[in-house]
Amino acid sequence: MKLFYIARRNLTSKPLQTALSAILLAFGVGMVSLMMISEKQLNDQFERNIKDIDIVLGAKGSPLQLILANVYHIDAPTGNISLREAEEVIKHPTIESGIKLAYGDNYRSFRIVGTEYSYPQHYGVEIASGELWVSPFEVTLGAEVAIKSGLAIGDKFFSSHGLTDESDVHDDLAFTVVGIFAPSGSVLDQLILTGIESVWGVHAGHEDETRSEEEIYNSREITAVLLKKRTPMAILMLPNLLRETNMQVALPAIEINRLNQQFGIGASTLRAIALLIMALSFASIFISVFENMQARRYELALMRTMGGTPGTLYKLLLLEGGLLSLGGVLLGLIISRIGIMVLATAIEDKFKYDISSLELLSSEIYLALGATFVGLLAAAIPAFKTLKLDISKTLSNE
Amino acid sequence: MIATSDLTYTYDGSKSKLSFPNLSCKPGEQLLILGDSGSGKTTLLHLLCGLLRADSGEVIVNENPIRSLSDRELDNLRGQELGIVFQQSHFVQSLTVLENLALPNLLSSGGLTSEELESRTHELLGRLNVGHKAHSLTKSLSVGEQQRVSIARALIHKPSVVFADEPTSALDDNSTEAVISLLEEETKRAGASLIVVTHDSRLKSRYSDRIDLNTPAI
Repeated sequence: MKLFYIARRNLTSKPLQTALSAILLAFGVGMVSLMMISEKQLNDQFERNIKDIDIVLGAKGSPLQLILANVYHIDAPTGNISLREAEEVIKHPTIESGIKLAYGDNYRSFRIVGTEYSYPQHYGVEIASGELWVSPFEVTLGAEVAIKSGLAIGDKFFSSHGLTDESDVHDDLAFTVVGIFAPSGSVLDQLILTGIESVWGVHAGHEDETRSEEEIYNSREITAVLLKKRTPMAILMLPNLLRETNMQVALPAIEINRLNQQFGIGASTLRAIALLIMALSFASIFISVFENMQARRYELALMRTMGGTPGTLYKLLLLEGGLLSLGGVLLGLIISRIGIMVLATAIEDKFKYDISSLELLSSEIYLALGATFVGLLAAAIPAFKTLKLDISKTLSNE
Repeated sequence: MIATSDLTYTYDGSKSKLSFPNLSCKPGEQLLILGDSGSGKTTLLHLLCGLLRADSGEVIVNENPIRSLSDRELDNLRGQELGIVFQQSHFVQSLTVLENLALPNLLSSGGLTSEELESRTHELLGRLNVGHKAHSLTKSLSVGEQQRVSIARALIHKPSVVFADEPTSALDDNSTEAVISLLEEETKRAGASLIVVTHDSRLKSRYSDRIDLNTPAI
């Protein structure tokens, strides 16, 4: 039998008191840990998808919406822009390259995005099986789309109009799956990619048959262009250039920073509440150890008569506080994992993003060590009284 | 073996000094310390156990003058050489009978191996008729069972001196006889000195060696 065993038995002999202190600490740690994981994973997702995209060109409207819709695919686009005008912007001397995107349809809420080969190349996504689309109405599926839709190479499907609504099905033109991308952790995992011609083809009327090529080109629209600048002057020059058009440019870095600031107020409030709960739990551990010590004064004095030194009894009470803190911290980390799984399901349902990684962050290790240390400190203060316990007086007063 | 010489003690804030008669108790011997409430018998017991430090005089346990021992040495001495049976049987409530009996060995880093401890525990509990309660929590025991487990705990680490503080004050004549006989028998078997501290005059006739604290020291 060791001191550790006695400490554990002392804690389990008062299950309600122990559970209350541990649960309080678990909720505090769990909330802070949940915020750490979700912030980290969302930031990782945001940074991964923003990769080298300096500017987004799209229809006038909310710049944030333009970024969310075209970089992260979690909002509706602001509208369409002229292909001719967009290509003039891509050719501007301050721009190095541009990736055109055109979309408006979905298959089981997965967006069908008409684009160029440079789009998967930009994210370094590789083909897991099959090939990239070549002809109109051929598609290559994102890894998650393939898993969740059950589509395989050679399968055909019809798209629905809109980005989430499946009621208005274009049942005259079927898409054919010709390839599946390998998982990349980027937004492409959640998209169905095809050539832009396919998107135009779905929405084209019979009038195209009677128009000249130039008329057709002039009437073509796309949704957005992801631009990479050649010089910083692009940021200054493009807004002036687009003043008289229906187009605008937005800078992902700035818009996401603004979004983070808005979310930041809520996150700070939640973090403050979590820290308050943690502070309460430390007070609870302090009271628990203090009350234990008061109630067990005779027991502790008795242990002194059996050869226990003041240091041994101090260690025992410290161990009890430490075990309580450690239990609360571990429970907190479990709670945060359950929380992230629930949150991940909600985010995946709504935005198709995967934030379900349960990996332990280094910041969480610091949180766990810090909380255990403060818990120990909360126990150390009342336990200090055992060093000065007057055995004779305690035994005589019983 | 325990012996004292010229022990005195003064409580903080008190003007009167308590003086105690010299005593000596060899291995296997038994000594009764008799005294009414307030006569200083608990103070003397605490001085003998090293729970209080005397103003003057000396307590010698197995040739160790305890006034010169450090706090740590005193803790060790208590854990290894002394066993105490208290008036009310107190235990570590969260532990079983077996675990409570293992405490003196754990706390004083006693010399018993785990095998020795186990065999001694079962032997003692069996002889004291509480072997069937070995795995019970102490709060589930009857008063009589608690008293017997308390005796077992005082003897488990083979102490050289056993103190019994008011072991019979709350007991009727029959129970008094049973408990005292058990204590005497077990300490004799262990070859330890037994010092019984009590105000219970029923025990007076039982011991030829006795110190009456009601009689002022000369």
